[in-house]
Amino acid sequence: MINELAHFALILAFVVAIAQTVMPLIGAHKGWRGWMAMAQPAATSQFILVGFAFVALTWGFVTSDFSLRVVTENSHSLKPMLYKISGVWGNHEGSMLLWLLILTLFGGCAAWFDGGLPETLRARVLAVQSSVSVAFYAFILFTSNPFDRLAVPPFDGQDLNPLLQDPGLAFHPPFLYLGYVGLSMAFSFAVAALIEGRVDAAWGRWVRPWTLAAWMFLTIGIALGSWWAYYELGWGGFWFWDPVENASFMPWLIAAALLHSAIVVEKREALKSWTILLAILAFGFSLLGTFIVRSGLLTSVHAFANDPQRGMFILAILAFFVGGSLTLYAARARVLAANGVFGTVSRESALVLNNILLAVSCFVVFIGTIWPLVAEMVWGRTLSVGPPFFNAAFTPFMVLLALVLPIGSLLAWKRGTLTRAKKPLWGWALLAISMGALAYALQSGRSALGPVGVTLGIWVVGGALLDLWLRGGRENLAGRLSRIRRLPRADWGKSIAHIGVGVTTFGVAAILAWQIEDIRVVNIGDSYDVGRYTFAIEEVVRAEGPNYVTTMATIDVTKGGRDIGTLYPEKRFYPVAQMPTTEAAIRNGILRDIYVVIGEPQANGGYAMRVYLQPFANWIWGGCMLMALGALVSLTDRRLRVGAGASKPKRVKAVPAE
Amino acid sequence: MKRLALILALIAAPLWAVEPSEMLADPVLEKRARDLSAGLRCPICQNESIDESNASLSKELRIIVRERLVAGDSDQDIINYLVARYGEYILLTPTVTGANWILWLAAPGLLIVALGVGWTTIRRKPEATDPTLTDDEKAALDKILRS
Repeated sequence: MINELAHFALILAFVVAIAQTVMPLIGAHKGWRGWMAMAQPAATSQFILVGFAFVALTWGFVTSDFSLRVVTENSHSLKPMLYKISGVWGNHEGSMLLWLLILTLFGGCAAWFDGGLPETLRARVLAVQSSVSVAFYAFILFTSNPFDRLAVPPFDGQDLNPLLQDPGLAFHPPFLYLGYVGLSMAFSFAVAALIEGRVDAAWGRWVRPWTLAAWMFLTIGIALGSWWAYYELGWGGFWFWDPVENASFMPWLIAAALLHSAIVVEKREALKSWTILLAILAFGFSLLGTFIVRSGLLTSVHAFANDPQRGMFILAILAFFVGGSLTLYAARARVLAANGVFGTVSRESALVLNNILLAVSCFVVFIGTIWPLVAEMVWGRTLSVGPPFFNAAFTPFMVLLALVLPIGSLLAWKRGTLTRAKKPLWGWALLAISMGALAYALQSGRSALGPVGVTLGIWVVGGALLDLWLRGGRENLAGRLSRIRRLPRADWGKSIAHIGVGVTTFGVAAILAWQIEDIRVVNIGDSYDVGRYTFAIEEVVRAEGPNYVTTMATIDVTKGGRDIGTLYPEKRFYPVAQMPTTEAAIRNGILRDIYVVIGEPQANGGYAMRVYLQPFANWIWGGCMLMALGALVSLTDRRLRVGAGASKPKRVKAVPAE
Repeated sequence: MKRLALILALIAAPLWAVEPSEMLADPVLEKRARDLSAGLRCPICQNESIDESNASLSKELRIIVRERLVAGDSDQDIINYLVARYGEYILLTPTVTGANWILWLAAPGLLIVALGVGWTTIRRKPEATDPTLTDDEKAALDKILRS
């Protein structure tokens, strides 16, 4: 009963969404206030209806209602509760419903917190946002209904893929979708502005919080996915350049470019049409990502629900929204003349360079991801584009970006010179290079990767700190510090996020350059050294978990006689899904992770054992968290807060009066 | 597709990326073997190198790579040997031949174009906005000032 009600709620929401797409647009065109005003209650009711459907589906999973097809195919009565709930979005139908829920949530937020948006712009934004929902309601209702019943419910379910039964992955999709779907707001604002024919500083200020929020969620989602791959897949890799990973990385890169160029629109009223284009592209790449994951067109380790019909449907949605908005853009972009003038050496120019580098690096990922498809269709060549290509083609752009970041962030708006920053910047550059040289001298293998990572990391972090320091004015230390403390949150957010970039850059380079790997056969009672650590195999036992059986080893780790800890690597087998998984045992540390994986019993006794020493592994995700934190701090800046537009206090730039 | 993945997972179940028994005693040769197999795609997996893959075919390929190495083949010989049998699909690094030039040169090309466009736009801008008033504006301003 509740499932049928939820199904009806979705259909009703579909109808509401169609009305919300059409009426406010007409209202805004004709100036009918009533028609424009209907958008807000419509957005609210969409959210309530979809929310009800989502709760109903969750209820189906929690109570193991095996009359629902999705529950049967993706759940099992013995599964722990956390994974029953995360199972809701661990499958195609449920994840589309989550996608829709978030879409309507963002639509609702735009209606509830309008921040003094002009009436016509708000009506148009909500209409465009709703048009995206219409497409996805149709997709769910016509191709992937989560409330499909089974005529003969089975006694028990088929279980969720055991790889997905993991806390890291339980929260990975919701964050990713918050990011993907959050970009739909930037898209709606862009299209609404094109219809309106007006982009100004206020528009930049309205669109920025949505982009920042989406980018923050996307950062967290990608970091969680990468962290999961690191500890769950069992060989200590953290990024595989898999089509599905690329699908989330492309919108992230474009969103990063967008939130920088939106600053230029807000502060200087320049780069308007470019910013609009980025907003369209960012959401376009989100849709492309959805298409890649769900069509099965590109083979990938985590593609699920491969169905040509669904693929065609999403392709149609993608073609309509990207094609339509780009056509609109081509027709209207000329209206958006820039007012702001800036010199060749200025913050604006630096941000243009940032945008170019981010957009081109996104293009590298894009062409590498679709190239196998293009080569096969056009030239009939079956080929692969793997990690070696991406590492070679993508890295140079990130190195360039890291090199120019500190300089660019210190330049003044409009017409800048670096006179004041020149001396400390040279100091930092010298420090960074000498630390890199030191790393080069200390390491055993002569690869340049690690030292370059050290240099870039110090350079970027130093630049971000210097930025804060210079904003403190020229007074004595106490005055400086108190002024730095009182800097706007946006400035703090910028520095924190930039520090995060430096930390992640360093972490990635360090783990790639200095990882130590050891593979061997061990017997119970063996003891051996890897790096400076000694590993002693105490015992190997077989045990049973709630829905799996496991082979678990007990390993004592010591360093020069000092006890480091005991590790319990596991190899699990999930009988319902008939799948083995490895549970690496990881001893986390600030400077290194000790990562142990147990393998199969060998024919002539003993077990295969892999040990990795992963230097600075946690810095990768730590840096990502700093980037997300920077975005969060920036979001709380009073300038971006609801209704702050009218009463913006004048910031004191020159010498204070006291 | 899903079923295929399941079957593959079942076949692959007892195996396990690089195994100690496969590894060569000579660390130099073994290092070369690891580097080579990291760049070779497992032909039946989804986007994994034979170094990471658990599939039985990958195990056989890893052993073949090591056999050829012990026999004294150069890295290029081994790559040619495998490409002759499995096609260029097996290479994770696309070759720089024919149409693949587009793949390799697209991004640097786009960067140059984008830098060029960006540079000209930034340079042109000061000229584009003329600070002096047009005659109409001057007339309007005079009117305001006089009143």
